[in-house]
Amino acid sequence: MNLLISNGRVIDPVNGKEFEADLLTAEGKIKKIGKDIDAGDNCRIIDASGKIVVPGLIDLHVHLREPGFEHKETIASGTRSAARGGFTSVFPMANTDPVVDNASVVEFILSRAREEAAVEIYPVGSITKNLAGEELSEMGAMASKGAKAVSDDGKTVASAAVMRRAMEYAKNFSLSVIAHCEDENLSRGGLMHEGYYSTVLGLPPIPAAAEEIIIARDLILAELTGVHLHIAHVSTSGSVNLIRRAKEKGIKVTAEVTPHHLTLTHSEVKSYNPHTKVNPPLRTQKDITALREGLKNGIIDIVATDHAPHASHEKMAEYEDVPSGISGLETAFAVLYTELVKKSGEFTLLELIEKMTLNPAEIIGIERGTLSMGETANISIIDLDTEWLLTEEEIISKGKNTPYIGKSFYGRPTDVIVQGRVVIEDEELRV
Amino acid sequence: MVLKATSLSKKDLLGLQELKAEEIGLILDTAESMKEILSRKVKKVPALRGKTVINLFYEPSTRTSSSFNLAGKYLSADVMNLSISQSSVHKGESLYDTARTIEAMNADLIVIRHKAAGAPHFLARYLEPGVINAGDGMHEHPTQALLDLFTIRENKGSISGQKVSIVGDISHSRVARSNIWGLKKMGADVTLVAPDTLIPEDIEDMGVKVENRLWAGIESADIVYLLRIQLERQKDALFSTLREYARFYGVNGAVLSELSPDVLIMHPGPMNRGVEVDDKAADSSNSVITEQVTNGLAVRMAIFYLLLGRGGKDEFID
Repeated sequence: MNLLISNGRVIDPVNGKEFEADLLTAEGKIKKIGKDIDAGDNCRIIDASGKIVVPGLIDLHVHLREPGFEHKETIASGTRSAARGGFTSVFPMANTDPVVDNASVVEFILSRAREEAAVEIYPVGSITKNLAGEELSEMGAMASKGAKAVSDDGKTVASAAVMRRAMEYAKNFSLSVIAHCEDENLSRGGLMHEGYYSTVLGLPPIPAAAEEIIIARDLILAELTGVHLHIAHVSTSGSVNLIRRAKEKGIKVTAEVTPHHLTLTHSEVKSYNPHTKVNPPLRTQKDITALREGLKNGIIDIVATDHAPHASHEKMAEYEDVPSGISGLETAFAVLYTELVKKSGEFTLLELIEKMTLNPAEIIGIERGTLSMGETANISIIDLDTEWLLTEEEIISKGKNTPYIGKSFYGRPTDVIVQGRVVIEDEELRV
Repeated sequence: MVLKATSLSKKDLLGLQELKAEEIGLILDTAESMKEILSRKVKKVPALRGKTVINLFYEPSTRTSSSFNLAGKYLSADVMNLSISQSSVHKGESLYDTARTIEAMNADLIVIRHKAAGAPHFLARYLEPGVINAGDGMHEHPTQALLDLFTIRENKGSISGQKVSIVGDISHSRVARSNIWGLKKMGADVTLVAPDTLIPEDIEDMGVKVENRLWAGIESADIVYLLRIQLERQKDALFSTLREYARFYGVNGAVLSELSPDVLIMHPGPMNRGVEVDDKAADSSNSVITEQVTNGLAVRMAIFYLLLGRGGKDEFID
């Protein structure tokens, strides 16, 4: 069925234009954009007046937990959570059980996605077998099934020699390498950022150097091998400096930052709130300033959520026993629109949209992230004007683990379209 | 004008960070009355008759658990001691379920020691009865600091203006953190003395000075507070050998003889004689280490009384 999105403010980061228009989709593609489109009969109409119409958001870093940890999240629940947050394409990481280290697990996830998913899924394969950091995964076979990138996310490939070979090997198959950068000799046992609050709270600290040392190493290896290196969840000002210098030098590197690292500091941990435990940890105001500047001027290319859902009972424990991670898909756009666009004015709306749509599509190489004619109809319609309160009850993800519960935001996706199919309409799931 | 507190503002004692100076003062004043009881022939008073205290110890402890145990008994509370060797969520019952179980037993007060920083806060969030932190990881050990403050006040007349040097493994010490909060709130000057490997990041922001050299850190001190150095820290590359630690950071008779004649030597115990302190310093007339133990009893009785005995008659005090 054709779909007419009428009277919205269309924002397309490809040409940087914002204009009032109707948008018509047919057969899963964007057919027409213009004023007063006559859709004819038998056309579903969504009234987008007063709202923005943007490309569906793209998240290069999520954990959907299936297979293996279905009590935390499933492909069904995780992709519905994604849709709720305005995302239409997500890249689940490989740290499932079994690990995504061969083509059969990629196929399994894609077949589950065809049955259950509300949004597009692009599985990320692992760098090493079973994330053990020793032998290489079957990258070629995974790439042939559609994998765009490999990552041992959650862990660093500790051996520089293995990482070097992994980069060389990945490059053969045009795979990007997504690096989780953490020197585990420095971070071992650590529970939060090393600074005043770790000292006062008596929680074992993780120094910024643990991240920066491995970023420096991987940048040098990226220069050596020529692979496209993408740095996951950058969290310190020192990391931003390292990436800036590498980009100036022409090294093929891109980087992401999470909404929580852009908006929350280590002071949030002070009541031992289990929802503040995340890896890399929440850092300082100085780091937030550097991360925002880096994102603004393109040293950091994109926003990614690192959506890391956990079951409620797992978060009901002593801080040291609580698993790390924040459930982030449903709040990402709203948090950043509210804090970075509406409140502080540091970013324009267009800049934020670009870093959540076009930029991730370009760096990972998928034809998404625009509203141009003929492109896939992945579209989010967002209400910027109504304030809403995040409550635990309304979270769709199985992971209710977010420090943003009880806070109010602007910027709520009301309708989400994936390949022409309406998956969210009037804030309600339709799948 | 400082208002004199007449009760504590919270149901729990989780740390000195959240106590006001006047609340600390109230605890110390109450402890004085308790110490008088301890000097009587018949030490038992009926203040907490019918109240139940549960001592929940997830870490081995003899002095702190026996001190809480006796403090409860002298006040006629029913005290139950639970030692739980397994504390991980992966083995045995979760802390949350243990908490629910204890609550179902209608306890009035829970004393908890746990290796995880924040474990008492976790319990306090879910439990109706009051929670006393008897030491949580590297975070706080408030009753130890209160007994130390009591000991300083008793020996020096006041805490305000005293120069206190804390020497040793500050990084891993909950005793140091609680003492820093308490001493600062009561107006003391605090200097921390240790090699940088044992000093946590940004601790200066708590309002203390840091000295890496022993003598520079203690020469003008009114009180030298020594912390136990743990041998296993050597494996974490935090210092070389106990021998070298003793040479550069140990307070011995020779060091003591250079200090002010009325300096107080304190230690939370148990001591490593020959390492952070030697016999001459530990057993000198400057040492108040055994007084600290007696005062611990008085302070814990005071805390029990203030958290549980409120609203009752004060007949046993006056």
